[in-house]
Amino acid sequence: MALLQLKDIGKKYSGNQVLEGVSLELNPGEIHGLVGENGAGKSTLMNILFGMPVIHSTGGYEGEMFLDGEVYNPKTPMEAMNLGIGMVHQEFMLIPGFTVVENIKLNRENTRSTVVSKVFGKKLEVLDKKQMVEDAKDALNKLNLDLDYNLPVKGLPVGYMQFIEIAREIDKSNLKVLILDEPTAVLTESEAEQFLEVIKRLSNLGIAILFITHRLDEIKSVTDHITILRDGKLIKSVKTEDITTIEIAGLMVGRDFDITASSIRKFDDDSEIALKIEELYVNMPGEAIKGINLDIRKGEILGIGGLAGQGKLGIANGIIGLYPTRGKIYKDGKELPLNNPREVLEHEIAFLSEDRKEVGLLLDEPIDFNIAYTSIEIKEDFIKKLGPLKIVDKIKVRDHSLDMIKKLDIRCKDQKQHTRYLSGGNQQKVCIARALTFNPDILMVSEPTRGIDIGAKNLVLDTLLELNKKYNMTIIITSSELAELKQVSDRIAIITEGKIQTILPADADDRLFGLAMSGEDIKEVIN
Amino acid sequence: MEIIKNLYKKIGFPRLIITVFLIMFLISAVGLGLSLPDLLTDIINRFGMNAIMVLAMVPTIQAGTGINLNLALGVIFGLIGALVSMEMGLQGWNSMIVAFSIAIPLAIIAGYLYGLLMNRIKGQEMTVGNYFGFSIVSLMCIFWLIAPFKNESLVWAMGGKGLRVTLTLEDSFGSLLNDFLAFKIAGVKIPTGLLLFFAICAGLVYLFTNTKTGTALRVSGSGEKFAVSNGLNVDKYRILSVIISTVLAAIGIIIYSQAFGFLQLYNAPLYVSMPAAASILIGGATLKKATITHVIIGTFLFQGLLVVALPVINIVSEGSMAEIIRITISNGIILYALTRKAGDTA
Amino acid sequence: MIVPIVFMAICAIGFYYSGLTFDFIFDEMFFRLSRNLVLVASLIIPVISGLGLNFGIVIGAMAGQIGLLFIINYGIGGMTGIVVAMIVSIPFAILFGYLVGLVLNRAKGKEMITSMILGFFANGIYQLVFIILVGRIIPFSNKSMMVNSGQGLKNTIDLLSIRKAFDNFIFGGMTRLPIAPLIFSGIIFLFIFLFFKTKLGQDMRAIGQNMQIASVAGIDVDKTRIKAIVISTVLAAWGQIIYLQNLGTFNTYTNHEQVGLFSVAALLIGGASVEKATWKEAVIGTLLFHLLFIVSPLAGQNLMGDAQIGEYFRVFVAYGVIGFALILHAMEKRNQIEKMDRLNFEDNKAAN
Repeated sequence: MALLQLKDIGKKYSGNQVLEGVSLELNPGEIHGLVGENGAGKSTLMNILFGMPVIHSTGGYEGEMFLDGEVYNPKTPMEAMNLGIGMVHQEFMLIPGFTVVENIKLNRENTRSTVVSKVFGKKLEVLDKKQMVEDAKDALNKLNLDLDYNLPVKGLPVGYMQFIEIAREIDKSNLKVLILDEPTAVLTESEAEQFLEVIKRLSNLGIAILFITHRLDEIKSVTDHITILRDGKLIKSVKTEDITTIEIAGLMVGRDFDITASSIRKFDDDSEIALKIEELYVNMPGEAIKGINLDIRKGEILGIGGLAGQGKLGIANGIIGLYPTRGKIYKDGKELPLNNPREVLEHEIAFLSEDRKEVGLLLDEPIDFNIAYTSIEIKEDFIKKLGPLKIVDKIKVRDHSLDMIKKLDIRCKDQKQHTRYLSGGNQQKVCIARALTFNPDILMVSEPTRGIDIGAKNLVLDTLLELNKKYNMTIIITSSELAELKQVSDRIAIITEGKIQTILPADADDRLFGLAMSGEDIKEVIN
Repeated sequence: MEIIKNLYKKIGFPRLIITVFLIMFLISAVGLGLSLPDLLTDIINRFGMNAIMVLAMVPTIQAGTGINLNLALGVIFGLIGALVSMEMGLQGWNSMIVAFSIAIPLAIIAGYLYGLLMNRIKGQEMTVGNYFGFSIVSLMCIFWLIAPFKNESLVWAMGGKGLRVTLTLEDSFGSLLNDFLAFKIAGVKIPTGLLLFFAICAGLVYLFTNTKTGTALRVSGSGEKFAVSNGLNVDKYRILSVIISTVLAAIGIIIYSQAFGFLQLYNAPLYVSMPAAASILIGGATLKKATITHVIIGTFLFQGLLVVALPVINIVSEGSMAEIIRITISNGIILYALTRKAGDTA
Repeated sequence: MIVPIVFMAICAIGFYYSGLTFDFIFDEMFFRLSRNLVLVASLIIPVISGLGLNFGIVIGAMAGQIGLLFIINYGIGGMTGIVVAMIVSIPFAILFGYLVGLVLNRAKGKEMITSMILGFFANGIYQLVFIILVGRIIPFSNKSMMVNSGQGLKNTIDLLSIRKAFDNFIFGGMTRLPIAPLIFSGIIFLFIFLFFKTKLGQDMRAIGQNMQIASVAGIDVDKTRIKAIVISTVLAAWGQIIYLQNLGTFNTYTNHEQVGLFSVAALLIGGASVEKATWKEAVIGTLLFHLLFIVSPLAGQNLMGDAQIGEYFRVFVAYGVIGFALILHAMEKRNQIEKMDRLNFEDNKAAN
């Protein structure tokens, strides 16, 4: 009988079906790979399995789960842990100043009762340091790891931190299922290899492992079984030896519908270059860019895609200058200064950030002010002079905004409403209205449709297309959704590990995109 | 019901409580036979005395450095300006103008340096500001002792060393503005000059907040990342806000002293920030948002309450009640603001 | 380590110019250590739990004073009186600490300024209670504590019945030095040391380092923080009782006001920071701070011909050292963030 069984699991977030009818079985000692694009439903599934509060505060989930044949319905991570489910998160959950032992035993310290604790309760029991060291040693031995367990973790190499997290999970005496969320993303190649060895050892101990990764070669080499999710649905669940990497890639990104890719334009090599990027490095935490070269043609719409954490967001953020950058950027042949948003804006390059709430908007200011601000500051539009003073002309700001609200169908009480109280879609429209007002030569938009509903989505994309056609605006659009990139772009660059993996025309085969996102060299695979 | 709820939301809990208290005290004051015109005279006078100090909170809140708990810095240079003009033996308008023209440049320099510090300790401005202020005040205590002032009206007559604790302004600019164009209406004395001066200051600040620079300053405070991505140098605007605040504090203490009639040295500047902070918060400001309206409403409510509560409580009770009430209210309201979540209004 | 060394130097210079004898200083320091150490010790647990310097110990001091008012009202003197005062202060300190903890949990990241303002606020409430409510609502049988009108407590209350009772406890016959309170302080430090060996202590260390990770690991952060503040508040109450029995008189409305300021300054002078404090720093800091207190007025008198300068100087030191420590702490935090960014960048470069 299966150790863990999921039956028809589904989940809605405020009416939005993000997961539907997913069934899975996991046997003891099995290594089960889970793949899918961002937003395919992997994390939601993990959250359900691990009893994260976010699931239950939004109305729970559909379907049933069984652990060892018993109904399994964890309400809190604590409950999941007690029942033998362990999870290693993407970010390290280690306390830097604590020693390896203290971290492995964090909040599960061995204690001895004393006179005081008998009177005042268990919290005052004394830590049993000796037993803690023994346990930690045991766990580390199982991983075949040799390190000084009395050192604080803050000085250790990143790879070790991953192992300490796993040691913590193994130390839980009843661990049955271990969930690993993108565990190799931060490891160097040799560390990753060592890590895969460790996983195999664990499975030999009879622990079932659910392994989420985007590295298809890893999944191919280490798992017994692979499940592919797409758009919240289970696409295929298959034995690893029965599927090829190319097939996985195709299933991961493939769409059921054809994309109306009629408007794709090809730009000649001698057409004018709007933006030229040479050896660009961007130090954006979690989205670092490590040396790219790129030419963007005038009037082109360039899509930038790739999986989360690979660096696609770093490009636009680096060009505008919000994160430390090295390299060279030329606009119309003129070199732009680095790390100076003002100069970049003055060169008619605007940026709509993926972080709408922090970077894109002033949440506690009215809509009209948000729309006009970039133009006020950079171009001194909406300004009237009063002697030496430059006073902001509130009437002009209001009139212009009313125009924009109408034009973009921004749903709001009035132009004085604070943007905090708008829906995601309308917030994004306010951002677009600001770009429209500023009217730059080059517009960079990141994740323009993240967290907004279908209707608003289309309007946002259509507006971008219109800007491109009407004003011949060059657009760089960065998105996690390949479908959306294919819908509007001429070319799509796929970023992996901070570099350009490949650049494909928007109408290229889905499987190629899937492979590229997984870091495979397309030419090599095809040959 | 809905209307009442909305109204309550708009007015806010603290203002509602304070207003209710104010009205209650006013009624009982009249009931106890206190003269209403006298009370009103007092309220208006104290409003004018304190409002500029409260106004000094506006720029720093707008620029995101929060409540400026280091108003003492500006106050000290205001005092020095006044002292120098007194040392020179100036009288009337001259003495006041000289006091300003010495205090303001010094406050600008001090504000600039303090602004540099504020940029290096982002996120801890209030805690650091408070203790920085305390340190400066206690350091200045030593300065007052050894400062090379010679004028007989400034230093202790004999035996003692250094400047006196309280200095009368009778011979220099005492109640100069209060008496300027002052008139009486229904028994209430209106200190026209004092109110006019505040109106000018408030008008200037209002005008400034609507300029391009003032707007940029506000943007720097309400969303740092947004500001940076729109090409603003946030640190520069934070420094500017501290400079303006410090200058206003310097002006504020000179105005306060002229109305009070005395210059207070040594430990007096220690607690100038707290009542000013409380006033603007009562007026409806938050740690992130403040306007001139908040200044006016807040100062009026806070000072009004103190003026009316003092005689009433002193009749029913005894001891230093006014001081206690002041401490409790001003710290209570600051506490309330500190424990609010971002986005909520106080 | 630089801070205590600098202050050691200042104290040495001050000592030289003060013209005081070593014997006098030794005696004086003995008394000052014995009466201040528990108060300073009460700051350690919140620091390690990540709540920063708990200026709210002022409120603990008030609880201690409530205990003292109780024994004076019922005329319980001597060592019995002190023990009763300590016991009576416990429920008040727990209640106050719990409330302070609740407030500080709503002001995460702004704990220090909040605890300070809370101290000022509580001071207002304290005065309201003991000026207005006493005699009207709260009955006191001992009329000598109250002002003549029978309402409100006097400004100064005599503590003759317990004066130095703890100082002379057991060892009183052998020496005039306060041995018992010093031993008691030692026990408190030992208690704190052992406390961090317990599960609860370990939880506090964890949340002190990283609240979020501790919370993910299943530690109830809010509850643990409240417990830290409660312990701190109880210790502060006892500390205030020990302090006042040594003084022998009790300024009803002002004695607690400076407790937070002086204790925090002492701890910082010993080399502690907003995030790290041990018993060593508490002892060294208390020693240096009070040494400075004794020598600075005399040194000021002898050097500048004015004792007032020394007086102001020591107040400046108290405020200045706190301000300085807070600035250092805030700058360090910013630097850490910037340094991490730089390191990442270097890594990126190296990887290529």
